[in-house]
Formats: sequence, C-alpha cells, structure tokens
Amino acid sequence: MTHESNRLPQGGQIDRRKRISFRFDRTNYTGYKGDTLASALIANGVKLVGRSFKYHRPRGILSAGAEEPNALVELRTGNRREPNLRATQVELYDGLEASSQNNWPSLKYDLLSLNQLAGPLLSAGFYYKTFMWPAKFWEKVYEPLIRRAAGLGRASGLPDPDIYEKATLHCDVLIVGAGAAGLAAALTAGRAGARVILVEQDHVLGGRLTDDLPTQHQSEGHTWLAAAQDELRAMPNVEIMSRTSVFSIYDQNAVVAIEKVADHCIEPAPFSPRQRMWRIYPQQVIVATGSIERPIAFANNDRPGVMLAGAVRTYLRRFGTKTGERIVVFASHDGAALTVEALHAAGVTVVAIVDPRENSSPAMIAAAEQAGASLFRDSAVIAAHGTADGVTAAEITTQGRTLTVQCDLIAMSGGWDPVIHLASFLGQKPKWNPEMQAFAAINLPKGMQVAGAAAGHFSSETAARSGADAASHALQALGMAGSQPAIPGWQGEPVQGSLYFVAPSRSGKSFVDFQNDVTVDDITLAQREGYTSVEHTKRYTTLGMATDQGKTANVVAAGLIAEIRGVPLAQGAVTTFRPPYTAVTIGTVAGRATGKHFRPTRYSPLHAWCVQMGAVFVEAGPWLRAQYYPQRAGESWFDAALREARQVRQSVGLCDVSTFGKIDVQGPDAARFLDFVYANTMSTLPVGKARYGVMLREDGFVLDDGTVSRLGADHFLVTTTTANAGRVMQHLEFCAQIHCPDYDFAMSSVSDQWAQIAIAGPHARDVLRTIVDDFDLSNEAFPFMGCATLSVCSGITARLFRISFSGELAYELAVPADFGCAVIEALAKAGQNYGILPYGTEALTMLRVEKGHPAGGELNGQTTARDLGLGKMMSSKKDFVGRVLAGRPALVDPARPILVGLKPCNADESFNAGSHLLERDAPKVIENDLGYITSTAFSHVFNHTLGLGLLQRGQERIGETIMAYDPVRSKAVLVEVCHPIFYDPENSKVKS
Amino acid sequence: MRLNCPYCGTRSVNEFVPLGSASPKRPTLAEPIERWIDYVYFRDNIAGEHDEYFYHAMGCRSWLIVTRNTVTHEIIGTKIAREVAA
Ligand SMILES: [Zn+2]
Repeated sequence: MTHESNRLPQGGQIDRRKRISFRFDRTNYTGYKGDTLASALIANGVKLVGRSFKYHRPRGILSAGAEEPNALVELRTGNRREPNLRATQVELYDGLEASSQNNWPSLKYDLLSLNQLAGPLLSAGFYYKTFMWPAKFWEKVYEPLIRRAAGLGRASGLPDPDIYEKATLHCDVLIVGAGAAGLAAALTAGRAGARVILVEQDHVLGGRLTDDLPTQHQSEGHTWLAAAQDELRAMPNVEIMSRTSVFSIYDQNAVVAIEKVADHCIEPAPFSPRQRMWRIYPQQVIVATGSIERPIAFANNDRPGVMLAGAVRTYLRRFGTKTGERIVVFASHDGAALTVEALHAAGVTVVAIVDPRENSSPAMIAAAEQAGASLFRDSAVIAAHGTADGVTAAEITTQGRTLTVQCDLIAMSGGWDPVIHLASFLGQKPKWNPEMQAFAAINLPKGMQVAGAAAGHFSSETAARSGADAASHALQALGMAGSQPAIPGWQGEPVQGSLYFVAPSRSGKSFVDFQNDVTVDDITLAQREGYTSVEHTKRYTTLGMATDQGKTANVVAAGLIAEIRGVPLAQGAVTTFRPPYTAVTIGTVAGRATGKHFRPTRYSPLHAWCVQMGAVFVEAGPWLRAQYYPQRAGESWFDAALREARQVRQSVGLCDVSTFGKIDVQGPDAARFLDFVYANTMSTLPVGKARYGVMLREDGFVLDDGTVSRLGADHFLVTTTTANAGRVMQHLEFCAQIHCPDYDFAMSSVSDQWAQIAIAGPHARDVLRTIVDDFDLSNEAFPFMGCATLSVCSGITARLFRISFSGELAYELAVPADFGCAVIEALAKAGQNYGILPYGTEALTMLRVEKGHPAGGELNGQTTARDLGLGKMMSSKKDFVGRVLAGRPALVDPARPILVGLKPCNADESFNAGSHLLERDAPKVIENDLGYITSTAFSHVFNHTLGLGLLQRGQERIGETIMAYDPVRSKAVLVEVCHPIFYDPENSKVKS
Repeated sequence: MRLNCPYCGTRSVNEFVPLGSASPKRPTLAEPIERWIDYVYFRDNIAGEHDEYFYHAMGCRSWLIVTRNTVTHEIIGTKIAREVAA
C-alpha cells in the first residue's frame, strides 16, 4: 500500500506539519493532525473497515459525521478499549490504535459472512417468528447462532481507569451546532451582551459551511469563518464548547451534553477527566444541528466505495483527500452538482452523473459539462459491482437499457434531512414539509427555535441568515436587542431536487438501514404481513434500532413505505425520536458516583475512637457503625459480641449511639405539636423527664419510635432510629407546616451536632460519677427516665438521659460532637477499674432482644402499635397522626400477629429471623402460616437462642409449643411462645 | 427540571422530595372513616394542572405546593404550603 495515496498535494484544514502515526487492525498508517480516523483511512486507501451486524457484509465509510452507520471500530486496547465508535468522529491522535469489529477470523476473510447465504432465515420478523418455534430449538440452535453471528464491538470487561465528571451551566442563549447558522446566531446574541453558550460536537467550528460553498467562494467562506471565531472568542459573555455533543433535552429545555475532554488524547492528563457531562439550563435554545444526507437504496449500495455525495466533498475539502479516482455521482438532488464541481476542481475524474429526474436541472447540466462527465437523465444506478475491497463498476439503467460504467466510487444523494432530534425529544412528532422535502420539527417547546439546515435552510447563506434571525427572536424574548452580523452573498449551493428513495429493483440486497442490515425486501415484507405503520415496521424489521438510531435510514424507510402503500409522504411519519442523539458511555452517566463514592459514607463523631479500639464496622444505611471489637486476632464476631454483652450485664460497657436522629423542638406550642405527632401524650411530661414515644403514619401503622426528653418548659429533644432520621424529620416538617401552620414553635435537626455515648451496666453510675462536674447522680436525685443539662470533664456542656436499651442501669451522655472522642476516652479511663469495654451493634442486638425492645425487624412498616404490644400507649383523648385509621377493623383484628418472645424447646437448637411460625405438626404450607420471626440473638444470660416474632393470637398462646420453619434452609425447630421481655421483666435493673 | 422555591430561588428538582397530590385535606376526628380512607388512599389522576407537594429537603426544608401541568410538565407556579394551609 502506498503512503497516503489518496491525499491531495495541498488543501484541507489539516495541519500538514504535524504527522501522526496510528494503527488499524495491527497495520501502521500515518495521517495528519486534524484528521479523523475515517479521513486518515481514506487517505491511506483503506476502503474495507467493518462487517455488518447481521450478514457480515463488507462495509466501508458511508458518511463524514455522527450519522455513520458502517465504520464502527473498537478504539484503544486493554482496560481503555471502547467499542462501537464511529470512525468519522474519532479524532486522530498519535499512537491511536483501533480495530474493526464483528468479524472472524479477520476483516478480510470473515467466515461468518456465510450468514448471507442464510439470508432468508434472517429476514424481517425473524425474531418474532423464531420465538414461535419450539423452545428447545431456540435455546440450543438459534440463540447461540445469533449470539455468535450478530454483533457489535466488545466492551473491555475491565474496570475503567478513567474518571468522569458532571457539571452545570446556566445561560441566556444556548446554541447547539456551530455551523453557519450557529455562528451567525452566536454573533448576534453575543454582540447584544447575552450570556451565550455555543456547543459543537466537532473539534473545529464551521460545520458544513466551507464544504458546501462552491469553489469560487471557498476563500471568502474561510475568511468569514475565521473572523466569526475570532470575534466570538474575544467576547467574555460567549462560551464556545467544542468536542461537546448535546445528547438530550428534558423538560424546561434542560439540555444535557457530553464534553469529550480527553478522547482525542492517548490517555487523559493526570487528574483530568476523560469526559464531562454538562447539564445546561438556558433561557432560550437555538437548535442549529444541520442536516444529514439521505442515501438511495439500490442493489449492493452497502459496498465499500458507495458514499454520500456530501461526505465525498467533506473529505476533499476539509481533509484534502480524494475518495476515488473515477467517480459516478448518483443523485436526485442538485447538492450533488457541488460535489461534481469540487471533484473536478481537485482534478478527480467524474465519469458519469446519473440523475433519476426526467429533466435534469440547469445546475446539474452545467456541472456535467464543466467536469466532462456523461449525464444520464431519467436514469438510475441499480447495482454496485465489486468485491470486499470496493466498487469496480456501477450498473446503470437508462432509457430502457442497462449499461455498466467502470468506477471506484459511487457518490449518492437523495436529498438532505434536517437533524431535528433535539426539537423532537420532548414528544413533538415531526411533520412532512413538502417545500423542504423533509420531515420538519413542529410545535416547538417554549423557548426553543430551530435554525439553519435543521430548519430546512440548506444553503450556507440562508442558514446563516436564519441563525441570525433566530438569535434576534431569542433576544427579543429576553428583552434584549442586538445587531446581526454581515452575511456575504455566497449564492449558496443549489438545493433543488425531487424525492427519490429506491432505485428499480434488481437481484441483490438494497439496504435501507445499513447498521441493522434492514433491506428494501424486509420493509416490503413487513408491509405485506400487515406491519404497515412505521412504528410496527420498525419493531418487525429492527429498522432504526441500531446504535445510530437510523439516522440515514428512517426517512428512506418512510418514503419506501409511502410508495408501497401508495399514499403521499405527507400522511407518513417517522418513528419517535428518543435520546441519546449519539451513544453515551455509562461512565459519564455515573460520573464520580462509582465504587465507594456511589453514596456518601457517614461517620459518627466517635468514629476515630472506635477505630482506635479496633472496631469492625458494618454499613447501616449510609453510616458505618461499630459492629464488634475483637480483642485478639481471629476472635469471631459471635465470641466478641457475647463477651461484650456479658461485660454490660456484669459490669459496664460503652456504646456509640451517635447515629440516632436528634431533633430539637422549641416554642410555646412544642408540647401541643408533639401530642399531635406521637400516639402517646407528651404534654404531660415533666421538665427533666424523658418518655418513650411511638409515631404512626396516617394509615395507622408505626412510623418510628424513640424518646422525647423535656429539657425545659418549651424545649424538647426528640430521638429517632438511625434508619428513619431523615424520613421522620420530613414527616414532622409536613405535620408542622401543613397540619399545624399556626402553632408557635420551631424545630431543627441536631443529629450531627451531638456525639452520644451509652454507658450501660451495674457500674454505669460509678464510671459516670468520675467525669460529671458537680451533679448528683444518685437514684433519688436522677432516677430512671430522668434528663438533665450538665457539664462534664471540667466544663464541657452535656446532656444526660437515664434511658436504657440494654435493660441495665444505663445512661446516654450527649456532648458537642467535637468533644465526643475526648469524653469517651475519659469514660474508658474511668471505667478501667471495672473492666469497661466498648460494645458494638451485635452485642446491642443481643441485649435488646433479651429485653424485648422492638427495632428494625419489628418496625418494618407493616406493624401497628397494637401488634408490638404498645396499643395502650395510643391516647384516646386527643387527635394524633394515624389515630383514626389505626382503629379500622382490619388493624384491630384479634387474629393479627402480635409481638411474642420465642425460645427453643431444646436449648441446643437455634433458629433464624425470617422463619415462619406453624402449629407443631402442621404441614409446611403457606395456608398454615401463623406469623414469622423478626429478630433473633444468642443470649449469654439464658445460654440459648432467643427470638422475637409476630404470631397470630400470640398473647393467648404463651407457654405453647409451636414450630419455627425456615424454608430457605429447610430447617424446623420446636419453639416455646413466651412473653417478649425475657430479661428482668420487673424492670428492677434499670431503676437500680 | 428546576423548581422555584419562594425562599431559595430556582433550584434543581434533585433538591426536592415529591409527595403527590396536595388536594386532599385532612378530615377531623368527627368525620366518618370513609373520609379518612379517601384522604389516605384515593387520588385523582389528573390530566392538566395539578397541585403537588414538594419538600425542599436540601434547601430551606419548606413544603411547597407546586402547580404542574401533567400533560406538558410545565411548572405553573409554586407556593409555600404553610401559607396555603394557614
Ligand atoms: Zn427552599
């Protein structure tokens, strides 16, 4: 292969001083800075770049932009390998490594192209039809076959080493697309002083501006473009974001774009993201996204060497490379005359122009004459001949005869389709516009305009004017005014044409959707089988369902369907546009929220101390809580927890309980409010006392439990469970603002402001006494359920609550969060004489199950206060949240399962939470279900497993033997029903 | 989507927690249980302008009543729920 054999000696917007080396399918090539992978491959004479999805047909490069259906590659290697990238959008960088995909064993000799012979098997409706065959056929034969044969690129399968970011922007006018229309709009809005963001998916600005100008206006176009860029870059109120692709738009015109920060580099710079996802909130949006050229369906139109006529021009002008030596142009559209003119000016031979129109336009005739090409009117290319290496001839039908013209490239154009995805993503169906000969966006969302080719202004000059006009309208809506830039009379390229979608049929596949291998025959079959609406055709044939979403296929299909059905296209439709416009990597959507950063980790203010004490932590929602504190290497959680629980029962222990929610409630109506939100009464609570409380939801079920402490006449402190802290705060705010809007009080979450330490065990008072400043801890002065404000450790403000979760003499001491570690260290030191130990959540569970305290397993959202044995707490003297519905018949049904204790009949046996409760001899079926076990723990006091559970008529069954059956482990254990409070039912310990 | 909190200004919808229809009003204890069942469980499925509760959880902690067109998703206005309730 000769070195960049197709590169012209001069021209193009590539930097010829910067040569770049790259590899494609393990072959070394060179290109220039400014090339895309596609343009560099074309320059090197590479035509075959991939194999098609279903039939493994050889494919070449069709387009020069985001619409590319064929040239999908895997880029990079190892953990940075990324599949399905369009070579037309991959910016060339030094050391780039890419490979073709979906071929085996190699691109050139692809054995799976035998699929072509199995063609009839893979026709329209194939998936639906095979599903109707016997299931074993599907599993054994078809699915493995399809999985191996049909495919795209491979994901790396390795963790992505790169980082991705998310960021937000606001502006007055967002302009999507920096072609002639976008630039003119940006100049207009920018000069008026509006905050403008101009987004461009390409790494250079200009769009098709210079590609689409006739040769004589080229330098004028470049000058205008350079001046526009210079002016915009100098404006502080204009932000130009290139390499940024808007992939969707949401309500209120919230736009989401991906900035490819480092995709043009071999790898991102240190600490720099590879891509950045932008949420942009504009006041006004101008969609100036240009247009996409429409292919024509003819036999073997997918052969390498069949290319869109506009792309041929782009490669010539922007990349200084020719796409062939002898070119046949097949177009129903005068835009292609510009390609002829450009090719001729560059010295490339145009052998023939094939125009399906009865009378070719003057523009086409002039172009043919100038280029010395034969012009075939009222004719069509009906087949492309050639090999996997490319086209060798075009078969033309003209005036009733068929002739073959030798060529190495067929440039086709059936017209241009506005890119209206962004204008249609919010649900507006586009409508056929006969004047534009295309589907146009209608019923635009408020604050959005479409300009340039996207609005049917296909010439650079009219596009620029419409962009400036759109900006003037946007400014008007913003209450601003500005002047439009001068737009030269470029004449603009000819745009007349007639609709032409499908050439006369001949044997061989004529492709409509190149990426999903959908042919004219498939769509015809779908119509014959009754799938006539475009949405049905889509699903039946998979038209437009590939990664390109049918950018070059959907309108051709709509035209074909209209032809088959004999209805005007105005009655036709295209399928619903759905985001993303171009594929988005999952990494960008995830951003930084991966791995450990998926959600924040919350640390207790005592975390450092727990770490120092050797805690093993467990995740409890977002929190890390100390689970147990092994004393020697290899001590199991069970042994450690049992030791910790024993120490609490026999002497004293310390536990970090800072994660409980804490809400400060103050004001003259605070007590009245708490009466409304708690099932029990709080207004009768004396100052200096705490009370256990239960909160219901309005539907009568328990929301949460905790304690309420009255620190002053108008000052309460409410605690919640760790898991429900946020939910309870939200609920209390709702009750306060909507149900009690005139109550005079305020509340605030103080969960993070206080560290809280439980000191539990017979020696709790002795330990605490050593750190309190002048405070009488005696049982008489500070009895069970007392609360007080005091100071500890010589002047640290603290709150003390004599409450107990463990069932022992216990206190909870709260100190400002930053003093937490100092105070718990002081307590640990003071407790040394008593062998004080920290205890974690496992020991806490053992202690609370012994004491029958409900927790997460019981407060599961499906239990009532009555179910938990707390029915008597519900006041009948006041209105409170949940009162009425807690009293409805189903919730007071005596057959409802209620809280009981359970112990094994044989002390050596244990059982698991989640086990179901049945009569001892009942068959193990759901009809015999009497309830289930909610919590279990091993008790060192009783030396066997204890459980809490919900059992039908549990109160009446105390002392009976029933069966606990665990269907997951197929384990049945006989258990005795007991009162849920196993340990110290008289509550004498907590009051000692 | 962004919501205009009368206290905090226009903020991302991610800062808010929705609760559903703001139309049902809490009955009094004297009313029959059927009214309570309606209040807790039954909601109209409105096509058009709809008042909904949103809680500014990551802002001022106010409950708002947001009027939203369920067909177009247009936000017609926001009010402080406390002021409506008072
Ligand atoms: Zn707010």
